[in-house]
Amino acid sequence: MTTGMDDVMIEAHGLTKSYGKPGVRVLDGVGLRVARAGIHALLGPNGAGKTTTVRILATLTTADSGTARVAGHDVVTARRQVRRTISLTGQFAAVDETLTGEENLRMMARLSGLARSRARHRAGELLDRFGLTDAARRQVRTYSGGMRRRLDLAAGLVGSPEPGVLFLDEPTTGLDPRSRRELWQVVRDLAGRGAAVLLTTQYLEEADQLADRISVLAKGRIVAEGTPQDLKSRVAGHRLDLVLSSREAYLRLATRAVHHSPETLTVGIPTDGTAVHTRALLDEIDPHRTDVERFSVHSATLDDVFLALTAEKTEAPARV
Amino acid sequence: MSDTPGTLTHATVMTGRSLLISRRNIDAVITAMMLPIMLMLIFVYFFGGAIDTGTAYDSYVMYVVPGVLFLCAGFGSATTAVAVSEDMKGGIIDRFRSLDIGAMPILAGHVAASTVRNLVSTTLVFAVALLIGFRPAATPAGWLAVAAVLLAYIVALSWVSAAMGLLARTPEAAGGFSFFMSFLPYPSSAFVPVDSMPGWLQGFADHQPVTPAIESLRGLLLDQPVGNAPWTALAWAAGILLVSMALTGVLFRTRTR
Repeated sequence: MTTGMDDVMIEAHGLTKSYGKPGVRVLDGVGLRVARAGIHALLGPNGAGKTTTVRILATLTTADSGTARVAGHDVVTARRQVRRTISLTGQFAAVDETLTGEENLRMMARLSGLARSRARHRAGELLDRFGLTDAARRQVRTYSGGMRRRLDLAAGLVGSPEPGVLFLDEPTTGLDPRSRRELWQVVRDLAGRGAAVLLTTQYLEEADQLADRISVLAKGRIVAEGTPQDLKSRVAGHRLDLVLSSREAYLRLATRAVHHSPETLTVGIPTDGTAVHTRALLDEIDPHRTDVERFSVHSATLDDVFLALTAEKTEAPARV
Repeated sequence: MSDTPGTLTHATVMTGRSLLISRRNIDAVITAMMLPIMLMLIFVYFFGGAIDTGTAYDSYVMYVVPGVLFLCAGFGSATTAVAVSEDMKGGIIDRFRSLDIGAMPILAGHVAASTVRNLVSTTLVFAVALLIGFRPAATPAGWLAVAAVLLAYIVALSWVSAAMGLLARTPEAAGGFSFFMSFLPYPSSAFVPVDSMPGWLQGFADHQPVTPAIESLRGLLLDQPVGNAPWTALAWAAGILLVSMALTGVLFRTRTR
């Protein structure tokens, strides 16, 4: 084994994938690298190709072209070795509703090859770690959304050697804010133990909170890649929405806006959200203090990130 | 840290899982068991008096019980379709595949659990049949042959049912399949003699896979000559099993591509 390369746990180059006869291209040259103890977020809207990327890396489907290695094993030619390293938590809870939490974990452990007593021990350990000990003997259908997600994550981990490679496909979709935070902490702990985590999300905030690197995926392509800080500096993180007093002012400002609402004469301008920058921006945009009627500051949404990132390639739409 | 579990371990654990799920859904299992019993009572007490089964049988109950045993097997096996379809719908199939578990252990687990469920329900039907006057006269070898034929059909029909579970896009659609399965025994000698049917139907009834099974069960249980019927029945069951296993292999690959 070569040292150095050992730290790259997930590596993909030029993955493409089309579905159907006319060839709807879901992935169009996706590449990424995730290191040991790293959390990498694949950020994008529905249909961007996030799940397909994860399924290829988790050996559940194959790419039309491109290569991918997980823990040093090729996902096509060494599928078995890859499967032994990874744990997968998909969008749909992969646990049996009518079994108890403990039964689910013990079953998964047994399926991974642990002997009965080891399986029981390992299930107990994970239930404890994920705060599910009290609910261990209850049927999963009585669990809350957050508990179910944690159990699902535990079920993915129960049989694989730790630290391994974790694929989390939209792990917090449908969770309330508190459960979401609890799950984030679980994911952070896992990475802290050395796991390489690839997670997909539609939420900028989630990627920001969890990931040390983010790839922004749009229409099967990676349109941006970097640390959360890099990306936020490119999209400024916040948006200053201005309600303007005239059509002339709207037309003048529309070209630099990332958000347009001609009906209400509103434009959204990127800002970092600080008082200093907001004040300076207002003075610069409206030196005579006549054009802007009202303003509000919002956290940048995923839409803003996309608009900003794609605007770098195509001209921003400024039609009224 | 963990040794590579074999197909047998996978299949054993999957069987345990399916049985546990059945135990938790005991109301559904009991409903599936009650239906053949209800049908048996209806046939014996409502229709039985009007059905002429010839002089070979003391009463209609003697004629109809083997058919009901088969109906019960068909009905119980069909629940496999729903169970398989539920698995395919949820994320659990991806989890299983990411654990490197193949289609065969997953389906074999469902089929084995179905077989256990069916053995319980068949015993129950048999007990009720004895209560309402069924008096078998089978030889020890005959009993063994009865068990073999029933077992073979339960396994074969369960595997057909598993294929239907892969074919159906929703568990509801898979559930509709049980209707079809429970219908097959009617155009056979299960409930009425075939020669009482219209000519065109006799051809089908004489040559469909259910008839040799019914004929064997009836003949063996009542200690009448059965000829080649048990062998024909077993050949049908083996054929059905092989075809449906091959089919599930293909269907599983297409569904999980």
